[in-house]
Amino acid sequence: MIRILGLAAVWVALGMSVAGIIAAIWGLTRQRAPLVASAFQTVYVNFALLTIAVVAMVYALVTHDFSIGYVAQVGSRNTPTFYTVISLWGALEGSILFWGWVMAMYSAVVVWTNRHREGGLVPWASVALLTICLFFYILLVGPANPWHLVFPTPADGPGPNPLLQNHILMAIHPPLLYLGYVGMAVPFAFAVGALLAGEIHSDDWIKLTRRWTLSAWAFLSLAIIAGMWWSYEVLGWGGYWAWDPVENASFMPWLTATAFLHSAMVQERRGMLKLWNVNLIVSTFLLTILGTFLTRSGIVSSVHAFTTGTIGYYFLAFIALALVVSLVLVAGNSEGLRSEGHLDAAASRETVFLFNNLFLTGFTFVVVLGTLFPLVAEAFKGVKVTVGAPFFNKMTIPICVALLFLMGVGPSLPWKATSREHLRKMFILPAAVAIGIVVLALVLGMRDVYGMLAFAFAGFAIVCNTREYVIGVQARRRAHGEMIPVAFVRLVAANRRRYGGYLAHMGIITVAAAITASSSFRFEREATLKPGQSMPVKGDLSVRLKTMWGKDEPQREVVGADVEILRGGKVVGLLDPRMNFYRSQDQPVPTPAVRSRPTGDVYINLMAYTPDGQSATLRVIIEPFVPWIWFGGLVVALGAVVSAWPARRRTV
Amino acid sequence: MTDPMNSESSYRPSPSRKPMAIAAIAVLVVAFGYLAYGGVEENLVYFLTPNELVAKGAKAVDRPVRLGGQVVPGSVQWNADALDLRFRVTDGSREVVVHSSGAPPQMFRAGIGVVVEGKYTRAGVFESHSLMVKHSNEYRAPVAGENHPDRLDKTLIRSSGA
Repeated sequence: MIRILGLAAVWVALGMSVAGIIAAIWGLTRQRAPLVASAFQTVYVNFALLTIAVVAMVYALVTHDFSIGYVAQVGSRNTPTFYTVISLWGALEGSILFWGWVMAMYSAVVVWTNRHREGGLVPWASVALLTICLFFYILLVGPANPWHLVFPTPADGPGPNPLLQNHILMAIHPPLLYLGYVGMAVPFAFAVGALLAGEIHSDDWIKLTRRWTLSAWAFLSLAIIAGMWWSYEVLGWGGYWAWDPVENASFMPWLTATAFLHSAMVQERRGMLKLWNVNLIVSTFLLTILGTFLTRSGIVSSVHAFTTGTIGYYFLAFIALALVVSLVLVAGNSEGLRSEGHLDAAASRETVFLFNNLFLTGFTFVVVLGTLFPLVAEAFKGVKVTVGAPFFNKMTIPICVALLFLMGVGPSLPWKATSREHLRKMFILPAAVAIGIVVLALVLGMRDVYGMLAFAFAGFAIVCNTREYVIGVQARRRAHGEMIPVAFVRLVAANRRRYGGYLAHMGIITVAAAITASSSFRFEREATLKPGQSMPVKGDLSVRLKTMWGKDEPQREVVGADVEILRGGKVVGLLDPRMNFYRSQDQPVPTPAVRSRPTGDVYINLMAYTPDGQSATLRVIIEPFVPWIWFGGLVVALGAVVSAWPARRRTV
Repeated sequence: MTDPMNSESSYRPSPSRKPMAIAAIAVLVVAFGYLAYGGVEENLVYFLTPNELVAKGAKAVDRPVRLGGQVVPGSVQWNADALDLRFRVTDGSREVVVHSSGAPPQMFRAGIGVVVEGKYTRAGVFESHSLMVKHSNEYRAPVAGENHPDRLDKTLIRSSGA
C-alpha cells in the first residue's frame, strides 16, 4: 500500500514535470501567460508529490515494511529508530529519492520567490529546474527505484552500513551536503534561463544568482567541514582529509563556486568576466553531477561496479546533455557575454580577483586530474592505480599559500587603481606581522618552508581583514560619534555583503592555519598495555589503561577500554575508545575517543585487544589545534549568512 | 609564487598587449598542466599482486605500491611489546615478506585478505606503513549461537554487568 503510494507519487511527479516543461516552453514561445503560470503550478505540485514520496519511505522504514526493496536493503528491526530514519540517505536509492526531494524543494522556493519577476528569466529557469527534476525522477522509476517489491517478504534486514549508524554527524553531514550540492543547480538554472530569455547581458540575473550561489556555498562549506569531522570521529586514523575521491567530489564544486562568488563581483562592478562567470556556474553544476556519478555509481572504488549497475550511464548521458546545451547556449549568446570594462591597473582589486580565479581553477584542475586519472589509466592502460596524497599535497599546498596571501591583499586594495602611498600604508603592518611569524617559527625550530609561509600569510591575511573592520568602525565613530559596539553592528548591517565576506575569509584562514598546525605538529604513539599499566606520550602527558569492558546491544556488541589521561602523574581525564561489532558485518567499526581543548585534542583509538581483556593496543595521537578547524567552518558559514541576508524586504 | 604587484605586463588593457596577455596565460596554463601531469605520474600508487610485484623486480623497488593478497598461514610473527609485525602475503603463486610496525587490525589473522601500502625494498621485504584487512560489505545472515572468535568473551560482557 505504502509502496504503491510512494511509487505513484514519483510517477505523477514525472508526468507533471514533463507537462510543466511543455507548458512553459509553449507559453513562452506563443506568449501565453496562463500557460507559464500553470508551469509554475507544476513546480509546486512536484514538491508536494516528492514530499509524499519521502514521507512514505520514512514511514516504510520506521514500520519495517520489508516488502519494499530499499527497506529490505537497509532496514533492520535492531537498528535504533533514529538511525532507521536517517538510513533514508544511507544507500543509493534512498539518497537519490532524498536528492529528488531537495531538488523539488529548491525549485518550488526559487519559482515562488521570483514568480512576479518580469521577463522570461524565471520561466526559462523553471524549465531548466524541471528538467533536472525530471532526470532524478527517471532514475527513481528506473535504475534507482527504491520501491521494487521483495517477495517473499523477509522477516528482517541487515540494517544500514555500520559506518553510517555510528555517529550523530551522519544525521547532519548528508543533508547539508545535499542542500549545498543540489543548491548549485539553481545558479545553473538561472544561467540557462538568462541565456534562453536573452537577458544574459543585463546584470540583474547575476545579482539574483550570486545570492543563491552563496547560500548553497554556505551549506556545502558546512557539509565539507562536517564530513571532515565525521571522518575524524569515526574512522579512527586520526585524520580528517585523505584526498579520497568521495571527499574530492564534494570539494571540486566548492572550489569553482568560490571562484564564481569572487568573479561575480567583478562583473557587477566592472561589467567584465561575463563569459567566464557563466562557465564557472556551468562547471560547478557539472562537477556536482560528476561528483554524484563518482560516488553513486561505485566506479571509483571499483570499476567493475560499472558493469553490474546501469545508473552510471544515465549520469554520463545527463552530463553530456547539460554540457552540450550549455555550450550551444553560450556560443549563441557570445554578443551578450562580451566584456564591457577592462583592467585599468595591475594593483587593483580586480587583478587580485583574476589571480584568485586563476588559482582556484588551477586548484580544481589538480583535484579533477588526481580524481579521474585512475579511471583513465584503468580504461586505457588496464592498470589499477590510485593517485597518492603526496601528489595532491605537493600541487595544492603552494596554491593554498598563494590564496592565503591574496585573501589579505584583495580586501586592502581599492577597485580600479591605487597609489604607491596607499600600498605602503596598507601593507606595512600585515607584512611586519608576517615577518614576525616567520622569525618566531624559525626560532621555535620550524623548518618546513610551506608550513612557515602558510602561517605567515595566515597572519598577514587576518590582519588585513580585521583592519577592514577597524577602519570602518573608526570612520563611523568619527562621523556619527557612535560607541564601538554600535558602530560595529551598524557598519556590518549597512554593508552586509562586504563584511560578511571578510568574516568568511577569517573563517577560511582559521581553517587553513589549524590544518597547517595540526599536520605540522601531529604526534602519535602506539603501545600494548595491560590493565593498570601506563605509557608516556609526550612531555608530561601519559595514559593508563584502567580496565576493559564489554556490552551487548541489540544491533551490536561493544568492546571498550577505559583509559585515564595523566598530566604529571595526576589524572586529568578519562577516555573510552571502543570497537563495535555489528551483527551484519565482519569488520569491526571503531569509535575513537577524543578529548578536546582549544590547544588541541588527545585522540585515542583502540586498535586491538586480547579476548580475555588482559591487554589492549592503543594508538594515542596528539592533534594540535584541530578544534579550530570546526570552529573556522562555523565562522565561514556565519560570514556567508551575514553576506546573503537580504538587506531589506523587496516590495514587488 | 607570482606576485600580482609585478605582473603589469600581462594585464594591460591596450589592444596591442592583449594577445601577449593571452599568450602569457596560455604558457602558464601549459606549464602548470605539464607540472601536474608529471606530479601524477610520480605519485601513482599501483595495485599489485605478489606475482606482479616480483615480476616487476627492480622497477618496483622504492615506489609506492598497494599489495593485495592473502596472509600465509603460519607466517605471522607479532611482537606486541616492540609493535613489530612480520608476515608473508600470497596470491597463490608467489609470496612476499611484509614488515610493518604498529598493531595489526583486530580482524587480522592467517588466511585473511589484506591490502598493504608501502614500498618494496632491495632486501626483498615489503615495508608497509598501512595495513588494511579486506572487508566485504556483503550482508551475511547471523547464524544462531554463532560465536565470533574476535568478539570479546561473553565473560567480559557479563562481568561489566551489561
